Amino acid sequence: MTTMMATRDAYGEALKELGKLIKDVVVLDADLSGSTKTGVFAKEFPERFINVGIAEQNLIATAAGLATTGKIPFASSFAMFAAGRAFEIIRNSVAYPKLNVKIAATHAGLTVGEDGASHQALEDISIMRTIPNMVVLNPADGVEAKAAIMKAAEYKGPVYIRLGRSKVPVIFDEADYKFEIGKGIKVKDGSDVTIIATGIMVALALEAAEILKKEGLETRVINIHTIKPIDKDIIIEAARETKAIVTAEEHNIIGGLGSAVAEVLVESYPTVMERVGVKDTFGESGNGDELLEKYGLTAEKIVEAARRAIGRR
Amino acid sequence: MKDFKEIANTLRKDIIMMTHGAKSGHPGGSLSACEILTALYFKEMRIDPNNPKWEDRDRFVLSKGHATPVLYATLSERGFFPKEELTKFRKIDSMLQGHPDMKGIPGVDMSTGSLGQGLAAANGMALSAKLDNKEYRVYALIGDGEIQEGIIWEAAMLASHYKLDNLTVFLDHNGLQIDGLNKDVMNVEPIDKKFEAFGWNVLAIDGHDFEQIFDALEKSKKVKGKPTLIIAKTVKGKGVSFMENQASWHGTAPNAEQAQKAFAELGGEM
Repeated sequence: MTTMMATRDAYGEALKELGKLIKDVVVLDADLSGSTKTGVFAKEFPERFINVGIAEQNLIATAAGLATTGKIPFASSFAMFAAGRAFEIIRNSVAYPKLNVKIAATHAGLTVGEDGASHQALEDISIMRTIPNMVVLNPADGVEAKAAIMKAAEYKGPVYIRLGRSKVPVIFDEADYKFEIGKGIKVKDGSDVTIIATGIMVALALEAAEILKKEGLETRVINIHTIKPIDKDIIIEAARETKAIVTAEEHNIIGGLGSAVAEVLVESYPTVMERVGVKDTFGESGNGDELLEKYGLTAEKIVEAARRAIGRR
Repeated sequence: MKDFKEIANTLRKDIIMMTHGAKSGHPGGSLSACEILTALYFKEMRIDPNNPKWEDRDRFVLSKGHATPVLYATLSERGFFPKEELTKFRKIDSMLQGHPDMKGIPGVDMSTGSLGQGLAAANGMALSAKLDNKEYRVYALIGDGEIQEGIIWEAAMLASHYKLDNLTVFLDHNGLQIDGLNKDVMNVEPIDKKFEAFGWNVLAIDGHDFEQIFDALEKSKKVKGKPTLIIAKTVKGKGVSFMENQASWHGTAPNAEQAQKAFAELGGEM
């Protein structure tokens, strides 16, 4: 049976480990420590945990001040408020001076579920990747999330880490998993079409590849855990070798992974491409799986997109 | 106190020279803060211009980041970088950006310019000192228009909640902002009672009187368990008669004739 784990739970575990390994790690939260899992750190290292109250702009600017003195602050909130509400603070007080602040944004995407559109960040990848100096990470499962957070702590500079609320299948094997910022991962090889996915859509891309296999199509699946800087080589190689690209993301179709991949292809190796994502619309309340179904973020929709891409080739 | 007055006067001439040279910038709110920055950089703060990143230094955050002319004039006068850099203020390829850039300018402890954020960053520095049991103090300068930003009050709450008695904040209270008088644009009074209600130790002084500034700084260091706000009553455009108390000089550069007139009043030549 597939193990299930939410990437936010991996965040809590990673913080606990980082707290022991790096004394300069401090964690900030805006009254959501139970949900973002920073509470795990707060319990172990109360003196290094700062709750700023319900004040996301202050969360980020305080973290910036801490970073000027050599601290490694992990500032956490829901993606909607971290990337959305605090955008300008992130831009001016963190990214412009290239301060060593890590923004861990949980509850991203449609799968936050029942809280509805006000809490479903579908724009954050787009917003964050447009800021100079910002690294944008979007892990696919718990193993990758933990590795991403450990790497983010080592990296010197601003990092945005997108995390989810819901439990998702564990794809990677912790024992031999290696995370490198900016390097895509070929999860499955294939020569007929490539699905480039990010975050929770990687597991669905693998399902789509199984369906396509039954139709006699060998599908390559690439996991882009780093939206910025994006791994151009792995994208261009896939375009050259499979001649058809599908992207899949739990994000607005505008400005996220699909846009980033399109930029690479148009500039370097124009290729037939289809994008799976939320079609420039707000979400609504419902459970995560129902929402993914309703907004077209399913293995079946990825399969349809792959067929279309192959047909246009 | 003569030397400090001379330094403040030099800063004023530099501010006129810089804004005139750049044909842009913010003279009004820079001229109002000359005594405060002189007091901090020439008496109060433990800093080393030869080692601007010294980790035990006192920190200063210019939260009202548009007042770069007074900050840059002070830093160069104090020896952080050569005076001739001031002539390149706001020009292409210059180190001296329109608003403070901590990456490129020796002595600038925080990049600011978007109002309100500097106070929260100063809190972060003060928190860090507490975490590490370090002795350094953190100073910030905020504007009386700037406190209309919501993040100021988020930061005000945090500073008292975390008992940041190693933080001293000057409020440059010149009463004016771009669109006119604070009280007409968005009344911010009573500032003292607001900050007191947020848990701060609040002092009120004449921001152009060195004795009062030094006295307030001494008092702020003796207060335990609370951050201190020093409300410094100042005159926007102070020292240049035609700029004094004129909101229009918030972000307007003097032309050649005006700059010469200002210099004559300040006892110097362009």
